[in-house]
Amino acid sequence: MPELMYREALNQALAEEMERDANVYLIGEEVGRYNGAFKVSQGLLDKFGSARIIDAPIAELGFTGLSVGAAMVGLRPVVEMMTWNFAILAMDQIVNNAAKLRHMSGGQLRCPIVFRGPGGAGGRLSSQHSQALEANYAHFPGLKVIAPATPADAKGMLKAAIRDENPVLMFEGERLYAIKGEVPEGEHVVPLGKADVKREGSDVTIITWSRMYYFCMQAAEELAKEGISAEVLDLRTLRPLDEEAILASVRKTNRAVIVEEGWGLAGVGASVVDIIQSKAFDDLDAPVERVTGLDVNMSYAANLENATQPDAPKIIAAVKKVLYREGA
Amino acid sequence: MASPYSKELLLDMYRKMYLIRRFEERAGQQYTLGKIAGFCHLYIGQEAVAVGPVEALRPDDYMLSAYRDHGQPLARGSDAGMVMAELMGRDTGYSKGKGGSMHIFDIEHHFYGGYGIVGGQIPLAAGMAFASRYRNEDRVTVCYFGDAAASQGALHETFNMASKWKLPVIYICENNRYGMGTAISRIAAVPEIYKRASAYDMRGEPVDGMDVLAMYEAVKDAAEYCRAGKGPVLLEANTYRFRGHSMADPATYRTKHEVEEERKGDPIPKLRAYIKKQGLAQDDVFESIEEEVNVLVDQAVKFADESPEPSLDELWRDTIVEEGEEDVRPRERVLGQKVNWPTYPSGQELKVTWDLEPREQAEAADKKAGLIR
Repeated sequence: MPELMYREALNQALAEEMERDANVYLIGEEVGRYNGAFKVSQGLLDKFGSARIIDAPIAELGFTGLSVGAAMVGLRPVVEMMTWNFAILAMDQIVNNAAKLRHMSGGQLRCPIVFRGPGGAGGRLSSQHSQALEANYAHFPGLKVIAPATPADAKGMLKAAIRDENPVLMFEGERLYAIKGEVPEGEHVVPLGKADVKREGSDVTIITWSRMYYFCMQAAEELAKEGISAEVLDLRTLRPLDEEAILASVRKTNRAVIVEEGWGLAGVGASVVDIIQSKAFDDLDAPVERVTGLDVNMSYAANLENATQPDAPKIIAAVKKVLYREGA
Repeated sequence: MASPYSKELLLDMYRKMYLIRRFEERAGQQYTLGKIAGFCHLYIGQEAVAVGPVEALRPDDYMLSAYRDHGQPLARGSDAGMVMAELMGRDTGYSKGKGGSMHIFDIEHHFYGGYGIVGGQIPLAAGMAFASRYRNEDRVTVCYFGDAAASQGALHETFNMASKWKLPVIYICENNRYGMGTAISRIAAVPEIYKRASAYDMRGEPVDGMDVLAMYEAVKDAAEYCRAGKGPVLLEANTYRFRGHSMADPATYRTKHEVEEERKGDPIPKLRAYIKKQGLAQDDVFESIEEEVNVLVDQAVKFADESPEPSLDELWRDTIVEEGEEDVRPRERVLGQKVNWPTYPSGQELKVTWDLEPREQAEAADKKAGLIR
């Protein structure tokens, strides 16, 4: 299996789906002649031309709404957000139009569209550029929200998202784009709504998604050295949540830690805790722990930035807490 | 001089304007009876702004509007009973009662909805026009919005793209002079909305929105311009609503005198006088049209009122499209009538020939700038 960077996997998915279906186009800032702010769309303008790889003005609300309109009448747009921070300007079109068209029309309309771009901290960019915003969108019925961590999932889930009949929001990561991993060639489609056990274990379940996955894997390896067997469950899709997979893993290990880059209050992890406490209460041997971004705005200073985010030591501490092995 | 318009066209316009008027009067009445709730924005006074364009367009041209959205679908041929049922929140409504007055959708008649966020439909319309260009169709999209929406960023972002990419979209600003209770002159640096088009090198014109024939001519001309690939058009229809912003609005921000003066410009008697003057029809013809429409609207109210509320199972439908799920065709579902439904070319059939930014043009610009890529 070839090894690809996350950005290359996305590029492959886009190229393959655009080849397959002429209704698919890509629009966003710098996606064409610049080849993408993060090079996800490298080479696509040459391949597909300027009507299908569209350099948009810096008007997130405008080109997002335009693409929602195009999706209403049969096209399948992929809207690249240079980052999800900027997409806050487009939130009205995503939430008030894309998410509600099927409902407002009583089932007459559908809106097959993908909104994608990097979420989370980019690295030394301060507060406006360092937000994990997936929880906001996971709140809305009518949307699907995905956040793959590995290049293989990035490719397979983007392909599934483009083929989906609903609006799908894909949270990538500035710090994920250069990560390498094995990616199956050709028709590799990963179904939305399915979590994946990325590492099997028996003592504790660590539940996560997107970039935090790598810290969780690092923590699990460290813990293994101490004889603690951690299972890592990568949610991959945040709406709809894969309840079955969450419960199956927690019923096996009887302990859970949820790791989330974003803020704790009203985070996705809070909903995962709710699923566990209401449906697997009797299986729990300890209260569920959460590791989240600190409840502050992100700073530029390196030490403050690092301290704001979850990392392997914080995850290890949380695991030890649910195992009642604090200080061990 | 003989009228350049056929008797059929003129009487059809009259019938449609009268239908909207009568429908809206009965909707207002049903609101006061408590049968319609929430927000209900009536179209009374603005009928010409919907009917003129509908007559000037092809039935398959796309159309969408804001939340004052009963007039356009009625003019396009939507079933009056099903529109009224939607207003009353009944299962037999176009959206099964899920949308209500502000969200009328009738895709069979290419009416792509009423939208409740001011200006939110403006980018959608450009996207629908974009899709037409992308598929190389000669279809036009017509988008209505109110004077207050002209201050939204969505309008300016969209005009820029629509003009740059020469999208076949006609924007009709229904300038009824008040954004809810605020006079446009109080909040707009340039209250003449049509002038805003010039900032985007886009065609913009004022139209007498109280004159159905003026609206007809303006849209006919604009549609030809769009179909010829010349780009978008902004029409500012200067109109007036005879009632408040919504049924909940007593409209104390304007004088009785002002409303009385404006009522003198009522588009319906105006058209009737024109037709009579042309000797194409006399009072008996209008009376029989009105009688027929009154019966139709009575039936619509009765149909809606006797219809059941949606089943609670409907709560769990129409949020996410499940795999293999078909779209709902309202007249088929409610009335059992076979309807034509839009279809689109598959991804293998479609050939995209549009060059949005021709390569040679881009390279010439680079060369001129001394850039080597």
